[in-house]
Amino acid sequence: MESGFSQGLSRTPEGDSGTYADGVTLIATQSLTKTYGNGVTALADLTVGIEPGIVGLVGANGAGKSTFIKIMLGLLEPTAGQVRVLDLDPTVDGHQVRSRVGYMPEHDCLPPDLSAAEFVTHMARMSGLPKTAARERASETLRHVGLYEERYRQVGGYSTGMKQRVKLAQALVHDPDLLLLDEPTNGLDPAGRDAMLGLIDRIGSEFGISVLVCSHLLGEVERICDALVAIDGGRLLRSAQLSDMTTATEVLSVEVSEGTDELAARLAAADLPVRREGRLLLVPLADDTTYDLILTAVAELDLPLHRLDQRRHRVAELFATGPTVSPPTPPGELTGAGTSGGGTQ
Amino acid sequence: MSQPTGVIHDIGYQRYTGVRLGRRHLVGTLYLHGLRAAFGLGRSAKAKIFPWMIVGVVGAIAAVLTAFRAQTGEPVMSYAEFPQTLTILIIFFCAIVAPELASRDLHSGVLPLYFARPLRRGDYALARLAALVSATFLLLAGPLTVMFAGAAFGAPRIGAVWDEFVDYLAALGYVAVHAVVFSVLALLVAALLRRRAVAAGAIVGAFLLTTPLYGVLMVLPYERATQLAGLASPVTLVGGIGDWAFESGGDVGIGGYGPLYALVALLFVALGILLLARYRKVAAK
Repeated sequence: MESGFSQGLSRTPEGDSGTYADGVTLIATQSLTKTYGNGVTALADLTVGIEPGIVGLVGANGAGKSTFIKIMLGLLEPTAGQVRVLDLDPTVDGHQVRSRVGYMPEHDCLPPDLSAAEFVTHMARMSGLPKTAARERASETLRHVGLYEERYRQVGGYSTGMKQRVKLAQALVHDPDLLLLDEPTNGLDPAGRDAMLGLIDRIGSEFGISVLVCSHLLGEVERICDALVAIDGGRLLRSAQLSDMTTATEVLSVEVSEGTDELAARLAAADLPVRREGRLLLVPLADDTTYDLILTAVAELDLPLHRLDQRRHRVAELFATGPTVSPPTPPGELTGAGTSGGGTQ
Repeated sequence: MSQPTGVIHDIGYQRYTGVRLGRRHLVGTLYLHGLRAAFGLGRSAKAKIFPWMIVGVVGAIAAVLTAFRAQTGEPVMSYAEFPQTLTILIIFFCAIVAPELASRDLHSGVLPLYFARPLRRGDYALARLAALVSATFLLLAGPLTVMFAGAAFGAPRIGAVWDEFVDYLAALGYVAVHAVVFSVLALLVAALLRRRAVAAGAIVGAFLLTTPLYGVLMVLPYERATQLAGLASPVTLVGGIGDWAFESGGDVGIGGYGPLYALVALLFVALGILLLARYRKVAAK
């Protein structure tokens, strides 16, 4: 994927806000509660306001993410509380909400005996686009998600990565104002994940479409999101604007094959507040001269530089240290997600 | 030095500002999509085999009947008898097409994509039903039309053509009753089962399940039991309506219970459509 996630890191938060409709709250809930017939509480008293942009909705499996999405689509009725999506009430104007929202489900949802082009065209028409426009937008959207000549082949023969792209294309084909993506990186290998995240990042920043990305991997969504909402057991853990938290604390991570200690000493001598984390050295990024200082230090010591990349603070740290509403971030997938985070390039 | 040609310009993402059509368009599109799918159009060659095989058999029967009549001048069977004779083929057709329309969407998981769009759930069910009814109607109305055309060209005088035409129209009505009753039952069964092969078997089973009941009622030594026996199975139910409303002068095996047959058929259809409301639940999953 040409637009990898490095692009996502380099873009400035100020640049984005202009592309979205200003002053409109994307999603707002008030004491939203959903209890299923069998007594399972999927959402409990959830109150959250989400601004336009790329928003990550993180939570372990069963935290209520999919239920939340279905309520936003107007497919499920909340037991109590209110919800507004794009300033509409999905329980009343469900079809109006659904015509402005694109939904990519978590599970398999593609008929194997159709070609991607036919399928996405049909889905565009089911969103109300006229025949010709549907066909044009289908091939254009498939091109945007990175499917070219293969779009005329039957979906049944596609790889998981290609299927995920078709699923994304059908959600995007009618040019929605909001995309709801349920676990878009499910089943993808690391390269596929990066490509998918890069694509979502592009949709949010270049296309100007707000995106809500659900994931149980915090380390994954933190790379592309402007804001994060963490839920657990149907309750809000924390909701925060990432730009507030992390732009000030961007760090460079440096890895050298040997001589880590020498480099640390040298950098510290150059008045850089170095921190060690395993085999990595973390240096707060002040400005471009930080790069120069590090590279000069490495060159002078003649060390084999393994990698040097920019990363945000792990959001997991912020969630762990930040004020929590209810029990702290649960163990397991939510915090163990860091393995795929950070720099892989 | 020529300029490089064939350069692809990435003009970036374009927002869609064109028209977005409403409910009518959605239902119409889905209906046409379903009707095409019923005959395997726009699908792989494999999907065309079974429906067209049945179309072929029905067409061949109609051709033989037409040719025979042209030779002898006497009809082998009336128009109204035509759908009744082909009952088993209609059942097969429904058993093939209904799963293609309903089970396939369930199995591939594409339903949530439909319901995440402005399409209403009830509209989905009705568009699918309408597609199946139309497909079944076309399956029978096409050959009937061939038979009528053959008879009309061979008619001795213009008055005879008119008589033929009246019979033909009545038979079309009867075919429509067949199409509606059979489609409702078939689609209902298909909407409950995710696997197409299982659904096809279950549909045939649903049509034949109560046939023994009919057989038992028929041999009871009471005239009333015999006359009401047809209510026991959807196939004989439709047959009873045919005896009452569409086959004037034929032997009436149902006595004066014609309106009852019609009422039961109507209730059956209404109930079936109500049960299609199960799509409310499916969407929420």
